[in-house]
Order: sequence, then C-alpha cells, then structure tokens
Amino acid sequence: MRPMIETDEHPSDRNAVVSRRTLVRWRPKGLHLAVPLLVLLVVFFAIPGLELVRRSFFDSSGSLSLDSYVSFLETPAYRKILLRTFVVAALCTVICALFAYPYAYLMTLSTPRVRRILLVLVLLPFWTSLMVRTYAWLVLLQDTGPLKSALNAIGLGGLELIRTTNGVLIAMTQILLPFMVLPLYNNLQKIDRSDLLAAQSLGATPRRAFWRAYFPQSLPGLFAGSVLVFILALGFYITPVILGSPQNSMMSQLIVRQVSERLDWASGGAMAVVLALLTLGCIVVASRFVKVQRAFGGVESGEN
Amino acid sequence: MVDHDPDDVLELQRICKQYAGTDTPAVEAIDLKVRKGEFVTFLGPSGSGKTTTLNMIAGFITPSSGRILINGRDIADLPPHKRNLGMVFQNYALFPHMTVWDNVAFPLVERKVPKDVIRSKVAAALEMVNLTGFEKRRPRELSGGQQQRVALTRALVFDPPILLMDEPLGALDKKLRQRLQLEIKRVHRELGITFLFVTHDQEEAMALSDTVVVFDRGGIQQIGTPAELYRRPQSRFVAEFLGDSNLLDGALRRVDGRWVLEAKDGPVHLDGWTPPEGVTEGQHCLMFRPEDVLISDSADAVDDWKATVREVVYLGSEERVIVATQSGGTVTVRLSGDALRHRPEVGQIVALRFSARNAWLIRPDK
Repeated sequence: MRPMIETDEHPSDRNAVVSRRTLVRWRPKGLHLAVPLLVLLVVFFAIPGLELVRRSFFDSSGSLSLDSYVSFLETPAYRKILLRTFVVAALCTVICALFAYPYAYLMTLSTPRVRRILLVLVLLPFWTSLMVRTYAWLVLLQDTGPLKSALNAIGLGGLELIRTTNGVLIAMTQILLPFMVLPLYNNLQKIDRSDLLAAQSLGATPRRAFWRAYFPQSLPGLFAGSVLVFILALGFYITPVILGSPQNSMMSQLIVRQVSERLDWASGGAMAVVLALLTLGCIVVASRFVKVQRAFGGVESGEN
Repeated sequence: MVDHDPDDVLELQRICKQYAGTDTPAVEAIDLKVRKGEFVTFLGPSGSGKTTTLNMIAGFITPSSGRILINGRDIADLPPHKRNLGMVFQNYALFPHMTVWDNVAFPLVERKVPKDVIRSKVAAALEMVNLTGFEKRRPRELSGGQQQRVALTRALVFDPPILLMDEPLGALDKKLRQRLQLEIKRVHRELGITFLFVTHDQEEAMALSDTVVVFDRGGIQQIGTPAELYRRPQSRFVAEFLGDSNLLDGALRRVDGRWVLEAKDGPVHLDGWTPPEGVTEGQHCLMFRPEDVLISDSADAVDDWKATVREVVYLGSEERVIVATQSGGTVTVRLSGDALRHRPEVGQIVALRFSARNAWLIRPDK
C-alpha cells in the first residue's frame, strides 16, 4: 500500500508530514473492520495462552524452573501418549488422503449436478454437531454394532473397535475427511485434464500419465489438506474421550487431566507448549516440503 | 491391406462416430488417404467433425465403425500411447510442473531412450525451434509463441510418422499466428514428416497446406489443394467457406454458340467459357471470385449491371467493395493495383462486369 504524498503541505511542517505518512503507511485500509475480532482474540486467546505458557515455567513453590518440561519428557507414559497422538494424527492424515483423493478426482470428472451432490455429501457432516456425530460413532462402533458384526462376518472379529485407538481413528478420519477433500478438490479442478491426454500421446501409459503429468500438480492441494487434517487431529479431544479409553488417551486428554483433575497448571502448560511447538515444527517442515516439491517438480536438465 | 500403397502413411476407411443418445453422427463415413510428407489441413466450422476425426486418429475417441490404417496397419486396438503419433493440443497441454527440458524429454523418457541420446536429441530439437537457453524455464515463464514452440518440439522429438495439431494457433494474435505459420511450414519442410492440422481459419488452411479437407456437418465436403478449393469448389458450402465468393443463380443458355447466364439482374456473357462435361442448358449457379468482377463508373455496354456502392473496406494493398444490385443482391468486388486509382464512394452508382475466364459452375448440393 503506497502512502499518499501530500504536496500542498507547508515545508516547515516536515515532521508532521513524515509522521502522517508513517501513520498512513501503517494503517491498511479497512483495518478497523478487524478490530472486534482482534480484541476478542487478544482477550480470550492470546492473554490466556500466554498465561498458560508463563505458568509452565514456574514450579509449585512459585519459583522459575523447567521441572514441568523435564518431568513431562522424562515420564515414559507421557512420552508414549505424545507418540501415540502423532501416530494417530499421521495415520488419520494418510487414510484421509487415500479416501479423499479418488473422491476429489471423481468430483472433477462429474457433471456439475453430480458434483454439487458430491460436495453436499462432503459438507453434510459440517452441518451436524461434532458431539452428535461422535455419539453416532459410539453406536456404530459398539461391540454389538453393525461394524463389529460386519467384521465378525468376514472373520476379523478380533479387531477391537470401541474403547480402542482403532475406533478413535475410524471416527476421526470420517470427521476430518472434508478438510482433506476441499483443498484437494480446489487443486484438482485447476489441473488441465488435457495434460493426461498429452502424456498418453507422448507415449505414457494411462497409469504413467497420471503419476508423471497429473499427480505432481496435485501435491500442493494434497499437502494443504494433509497439514489441516494433521494439525486438527493432533488436538482432537471430544472424539478420543467418548470413543477411546483412558488407557490409550491422546495429548489433549492428558492436558485436560493435568489441568482440571490435578490442577497442575504448570505441567498442563508445559505439555500444551510442547505439543504446540511440535505442531509448528510439522507445519514448517511440511511447507518446506511443498516448496521443495515445486522446485524439484522436474529433474534438472541433462539428468533425465 | 494387399493393395496398400507404401506412400500412404494414413488411411481412413468409412470412419463413423455416433455418440449414444444423439440422432446425427458426429462424423459420418469419412474416407481419406494421406501421403507421406504431406501437409493436410482439416478445415471446417466448429462442430463439423474435424476435431473428432483428429481425436479418433490420436486414439482418444473410438470410432463407431470404420478402419484407421497407419502405414497399412489397422490401429483400432492400439491405445493412444502405442500409436506413436505426435500431437499438439489447442492449449498446448505443456506440463506446468516440468521445465522446458523435461517437457521435451518426456516422450523419450517414456520410451526408455538412453540418457545420452535423450540429451543430444532434446538439445538438437530445442535448437531447431530457437529455444536454446530456455531449458530450465517453466512453461508459465514463456510467451504464448514460445509455449507453442515447446509443444511442437515435444510432439516431434520422438520422430513420429505423423504430427497431429488441433487448432494450435487459436489462442495467439494475428501477427504471431502468421510468424508461427511460417515456422510450422519450415519445420514441416525440414523434417519431411506428415502434418495433420485442424483449423477453422480458411486463410490459415490456405497458407499452410498441400491438401485441405473441408469438413461440414460430420462429413467431408471436398478434398483438394488450396487453389483447387478456391477455383473449383464442388459445393456452395465450400465456395462460401473459403474466401469471398459471388454466387449467381440463373438460367444457363447457349446463344449463337456462346454461353450466357440469365441472372436476376441481367445477362452475364460467358465469352471463352466452356461448361464442365455433362452440363446442359438450364438452371445453374456460377461462382465469381471478387477479383473476377470489374467495376466502372458508368455503364459502357448495355449488358453491364447497375449497382450501388454500399461499403468500401480499405485493406492496404487492396480494397473490398460491396455493392447492392438492383434486385437487392450483394456482390463483393476486390480492387487492387491500378484499379485503386478510381476508388468508388459509398452511394455511387457503378457498373459491374463479370470476367468469364474464371467463372465456375457450382453443382447443386446433394
């Protein structure tokens, strides 16, 4: 945004002009429209968040220490929960991608009418409360429920669903699927499908044409969806609480337990900070990877 | 296949395409033979079946019936990637995530050509179209003309026997189109392979082709050299689609050994003209190209037609004059050279005379 230069200003008012120009420079148009939200975020999110971070650095006697971090990272049970959280989030992301890719691809092939129906089917869960959907899964995943009977019928009755990570994973995948489908579809519909024909005319089998000419172009959407699903999955609370069990809890459950049951704000804060930092780390790595992918979308000349 | 002429690189035999749920076929009984090294253009309005035919040759559309032979071999059950045909798409279809080099190397990599051969072939191909130095660019970093040349190079680098081009210059402005037309012609001459070019632009078809195949409503209207199509169109459609034409309907008569066309606005004397074989007196249609109509200030001879100038279109080296005859018909006249010194003005009454030398009888549409 370029500042307006006021030419009719009196020369002796140079300072005034400068300060005014700086002001103009620092005030993007329409900033005041965001003020209500900014206030809300600062008061109800930034301040409590920072307070939590501050508390994580003090021990019970009120002196500055890293005890909470040390004990969190040194307790094997906690490390196991942290690892489980990341594994579940990663699995959830991969399964979402495997389901969402063909679905989004089908959407790009469909007539506008069918495409609208497919889109509504994706969005439908958004219009239902998360609680309701999770309780619905509770019914579906029960030992006497339809999924379990189906598994029994095909001889996989040994697979436990309810009160296990399996059940949590199934429900989380379904709940998070739209976050994968939408960015992916947005990406896929921009890809020129004649690239597939071109690749075939140049000697690529349909399969090779897809993997060399089409799939690399869909990576940005795939990564965007994956980052969304992965991050949301890391912080999932309601679904693991209702469908899982304390024996295989996830980080969010652990944090809640620290804070609301043991009133140990320091260790809860420390866990939250570690989770947040690891999440941030994942985003940074993922975004790097997307850029690297762009740069290396083809092979350097002469090396092919 | 027994009587296959080795010079025919491509042969279409009674090719039809009818889509399910439609009454009229998209392509109906196309027969065509293309000689090795020929530059053939499919010309026609949109929906005439020319692109459908091209896609059937490429393998993207399966014909409902008929046979396609390449070098005498039926390719019906060959999928597109085994047909070994180069194709340039309307929007180029360059791979945006690959560099120019990788785009051009793509067909060679798919054919598992050794790396050092790929390197020398791609370098040579890029040099041929003056794109040396652009190897590491992405398609979006190139101008439209450069993208077009990359697409052309990519489709030629694996030495296909035939290059298919689907309106490859459609998205470019006129100047660039003409430059690339010259370039395509040069590449065709240098490589000597068969080019099959689809366009709806008759000027482009005339400028590029050895042979033009005129499509209309799913069928071939006429096959011929540009000059044949211009001078001897076989139907009203071809006469009107290629260049400007004046079609005069009237009764053809033979008076004192000379042929006369009794048109609505008066007789047209056809001195020195002989009708094609089998044509007798009666109702006929004659075509006169705009350059075969002469225009003068006043009626010298009794038989000259009187007409009013409606429009004068200045085209630099020539002018197109559109006049209205007394019966309300329109005649287009082309003025060039010395004739430009007497420019008619809009509203002026002029006399028209038709030069019989190039008059051409149009047979009635089937």
